[in-house]
Amino acid sequence: MEAPIRATEFLRFTLLSLLFFVCRSSPSQDLLISNAERRIDLTSHIVKVYLTLKVENAGSTPTSEILLAFPPTQVDHLATVEALVTKGKRKKTTLARLDVKPTELPDAPNGTKYFTIYLSNPLNSGESTTLEVLYLFTHSLEPFPAEIGQSESQLVYYRDSALILSPYHIKQQTTFLKTPSTKVESFTSVEPTNRAGTEMKYGPYEDRPPYSFSPILIHFENNSPFPVVEELVREVEISHWGNLQVTEQYTLVHGGARHKGVFSRVDYQSRPNLNGVSSLRYLLARLPPRVHSVYYRDEIGNISSSHLRTDSRKSELEIEPRYPLFGGWKATFVIGYGLPLQDFLFESSDDRRYLNFTFGCPLLDTVVDKLTVKVVLPEGSKDPSAVVPFTVEQHLETKYSYLDVVGRTVVVMEKKNLVPVHNSPFQVYYTFKPIFMLAEPLMLASAFFLFFVACLAYLHIDLSIRK
Amino acid sequence: MPILPNMPVLDLVKSFKLKTKQQELLIRVSILCLVYVLAFITRLFSVLRYESMIHEFDPYFNYRTTLYLTQNGFYDFWNWFDYESWYPLGRIVGGTLYPGLMVTAALIYRILHFLRFAVHIREVCVLTAPSVAGSYDNEGVAIFALLFTFYLFVKAVNTGSLAWSLASAFGYFYMVSAWGGYVFIINLIPLYVLVLLITGRYSMRLYVAYNCMYVLGMLLAMQIRFVGFQHVQSGEHMAAMGVFFLLQVFYFLDWVKHMLSDTKLFQAFLRITVTCAVAVGAIALGLGMLSGYISPWTGRFYSLLDPTYAKDHIPIIASVSEHQPTAWSSFMFDFHILLFLFPAGLYFCFKRLSDATIFIVMYGLTSMYFAGVMVRLILVATPAVCLVSAIAVSATVKNLTVLLRSKNKGVQTGSTKGSSSSKASSKALLDQSQPFQKNGAIALLFGAFYLLSKYATHCTWVTSEAYSSPSIVLAARGAHGSRVIFDDYREAYFWLRQNTPPDAKVMSWWDYGYQITAMGNRTVIVDNNTWNNTHIATVGRAMSSYEDEAIEIMRSLDVDYVLVVFGGVTGYSSDDINKFLWMVRIGGGVFPVIKEPDYLVNGEYRVDKGAAPKMLNCLMYKLCYYRFGEMLTEYGKPPGYDRARGVEIGNKDIKLEHLEEAFTTSNWIVRIYKVKPPNNRW
Repeated sequence: MEAPIRATEFLRFTLLSLLFFVCRSSPSQDLLISNAERRIDLTSHIVKVYLTLKVENAGSTPTSEILLAFPPTQVDHLATVEALVTKGKRKKTTLARLDVKPTELPDAPNGTKYFTIYLSNPLNSGESTTLEVLYLFTHSLEPFPAEIGQSESQLVYYRDSALILSPYHIKQQTTFLKTPSTKVESFTSVEPTNRAGTEMKYGPYEDRPPYSFSPILIHFENNSPFPVVEELVREVEISHWGNLQVTEQYTLVHGGARHKGVFSRVDYQSRPNLNGVSSLRYLLARLPPRVHSVYYRDEIGNISSSHLRTDSRKSELEIEPRYPLFGGWKATFVIGYGLPLQDFLFESSDDRRYLNFTFGCPLLDTVVDKLTVKVVLPEGSKDPSAVVPFTVEQHLETKYSYLDVVGRTVVVMEKKNLVPVHNSPFQVYYTFKPIFMLAEPLMLASAFFLFFVACLAYLHIDLSIRK
Repeated sequence: MPILPNMPVLDLVKSFKLKTKQQELLIRVSILCLVYVLAFITRLFSVLRYESMIHEFDPYFNYRTTLYLTQNGFYDFWNWFDYESWYPLGRIVGGTLYPGLMVTAALIYRILHFLRFAVHIREVCVLTAPSVAGSYDNEGVAIFALLFTFYLFVKAVNTGSLAWSLASAFGYFYMVSAWGGYVFIINLIPLYVLVLLITGRYSMRLYVAYNCMYVLGMLLAMQIRFVGFQHVQSGEHMAAMGVFFLLQVFYFLDWVKHMLSDTKLFQAFLRITVTCAVAVGAIALGLGMLSGYISPWTGRFYSLLDPTYAKDHIPIIASVSEHQPTAWSSFMFDFHILLFLFPAGLYFCFKRLSDATIFIVMYGLTSMYFAGVMVRLILVATPAVCLVSAIAVSATVKNLTVLLRSKNKGVQTGSTKGSSSSKASSKALLDQSQPFQKNGAIALLFGAFYLLSKYATHCTWVTSEAYSSPSIVLAARGAHGSRVIFDDYREAYFWLRQNTPPDAKVMSWWDYGYQITAMGNRTVIVDNNTWNNTHIATVGRAMSSYEDEAIEIMRSLDVDYVLVVFGGVTGYSSDDINKFLWMVRIGGGVFPVIKEPDYLVNGEYRVDKGAAPKMLNCLMYKLCYYRFGEMLTEYGKPPGYDRARGVEIGNKDIKLEHLEEAFTTSNWIVRIYKVKPPNNRW
């Protein structure tokens, strides 16, 4: 008879504690994660984490909010979080995107930061759902040694936890790590840990309580270059005469292990596979189709080493910096191109116009620390408003270009820490009267007219005093 | 004079028919417009073929200062002390340059921006150039200022008007602010006045024009800090002052002559006054020279009068290729038919002698002499040669058309009433030898037209082939006839700009100083300003010493990086190895430890196995050929084959002790070495 009493006591205790947690407005004990699988891709300098969570509502009340937890050191490098939910059964599964928002909780242990996933349909008691979460980290591979010579390969540290940090109880979890090569100097072992080829497996771990954490450190070879754009300013200038002019100013740096000592051209040219393997030789920019008048230059002039390949669906611009970029070396440059306006400018239903263009950086596989997008509207535009799929800082500026009298309105949008995932379309709405298009040609025409009138007058009027 | 159509024409056309004066204006304006368009587009070859960029060496300094002027305003520019050049001395930029070019470009830039033309200052600079677009040098505005001053002065002499001579003083001021070549004006105009005085063409007009222009021009010129009080203190400007006093004496004598009716008395007075004046002038000049108040002529001025002077005394001037005497071939190449038309033009000038034509003759002759002495002064001679040749062509064509038209007039006497009596008489003379003259005239006209069109095409060709290369970017023909671009200079300068500490000091031969500061944005030890011979000689000495000795010099100058230009891989011949003997000469001129014979074998300059041991181990050789011995440059040649000199190098095992290779460009044209910090002693 003891056992049932204990069971009831235990039940009461759990209920009490549950009540206690509910009172503290923490929903965590309602939910538990029955199965979690995490795949961390370390092959490039952007760390990609795919997390599959099977969430179960063990509580009594339906809930539609699921929390993701991150240690504070990782949150600073977190570029994006996306969550998808699988809908339908068995073969007819479809993926639906869910809203994810950063959340502050008052009782976060050790400064843990949270993101809340909002389910479209509340999860009823006893039900379970499977979530696919993707998040990306930048600047998370620390080169060690921090300085390498030309012929050495680049080794980096990656720090994480063998256990998934979560405010929920996790019944079973596994973590897979993928390294770019089989060369792994060292790794922390948290039993059971296996390594086979380029993959490492941590787990499976059973029944871990909330906020379990077990730090791991992996030291491995990553010879891919780390192209980091410290600052990118993209200026998109709309001309209603049919052209969209894009100017992009880059401050590029190789974010990998710093170059130390000699740079020998003879070694670099004769043994490219052994020398400067992690150096950045070229970059690829993916531009919209029908691009024209492309240029690639810097403060001191044109850079002749670039190739443009165009087809009907996309344009690819391959650019080489003036010199190969070794770790810590910098290069600043400007890319500019024109685009046909009809591909990007549309009229909305309420008689306004809107520009539909891509946010983010066209260079492939690069991290952008700070991006400023400036949309220069034609002179005389009114009521600009921007629609961006993620939060950005916005303000307005005025710019004077050729023959401007009142100046052009510039919509400025700023965002930090961007990865290629952010290359999504955004819209800028504004109103514009087509009559303003004629202002500048009329000004020029009248200036020439006045000039000729002055010439006529000069030839026909005799201004001399003496006759 | 228009040729009126004899045949009946449509009334409509008749009603639109222009008056003679209007026709003349129309033709003149359209010809001038065509000339401007042609002149403009021939200059665009370099922009179209390469890009809108600044060329060569000095223009980079001008560009850098213009950029500074537009960013920081005139007062900062005027008081600019440049820490980035001539380390550790620095350079007072505002006081050691001619600001005319920069101010002009900045002004154009401001005006364009005021009119809301959002051009970059670089575009303004590229198009403010004397020869092709991009060579943004002082001559760009100076040649205009020179001709403008001359034009206004001749106008002043012709009219005797104060307004014109005032305008010419301002033109002179503009010229002084733009270029050191203003010395040419301040010596040519007094010479011209002197010639007029000697030929008995003294007039009140001349007196007014010269006095006003000289006094005001001198006062205005003193406002330019680089020129300062040179107009009263330097030997080169004394001729103008002498002529100024001479004119006063002339005027005084004229007045005395007017007052004294007695010719005999006047003659005696004249003798006494002239003797006194000359004596006083000579004594003043002698005293000034002796007391050091008036400085003697500078080396540059001497080298103009004696082309061999620089070679013996100032190796820095002699080492610059554009200071060499001009070769005959380059005269032919640049002037083409003008060389033959020039004497003909002089003949026509002498035929119609006036104050103005005397000036043209003198300008043509003197500038032609200077063009022969120094290659770069062809630029000064060109306008004069064009002018004189144009006079020749114009006079010839005019005479020929007179011949042609006189015959026409014989047919249609009724329509031209106003022909002058002189023409009528000449017609009578011409009528006697009719058909030959007419046909001959037509043939000659066609000949002249053929020559002129050939000349225009030749000039376009010369501009495109010889003068449109920016020399920063090198172009060569590849194996398959395609164009290969060597952009190594900018590669290296941009590397310096991005990947070295902002306060790094770069040592290189002075040729590349301006480019390193403008494009690399780094401090240099010496640059193209060449104002301090000792400093340049120190760099020359470091380059020609052994590494252990050189490192002492480099440490004393705080050098962080050493930059050398090397053409052994690409076959680029104007590299530092080919300039090296000048470094030895200039270094040896100040530091006698450097001796030119040490680097030569039997008077021969070699880099292969037979080279002098000092040559094979000096710093310049080591830096250029470091690890070059491993490099295969040409198929079928041994490694370390120098393509610029066509030999296999003599020292393939080069070890560097105090320097390390920091960067080498993709075609090895620029190599940069880092000076290692001293070894730790503990």
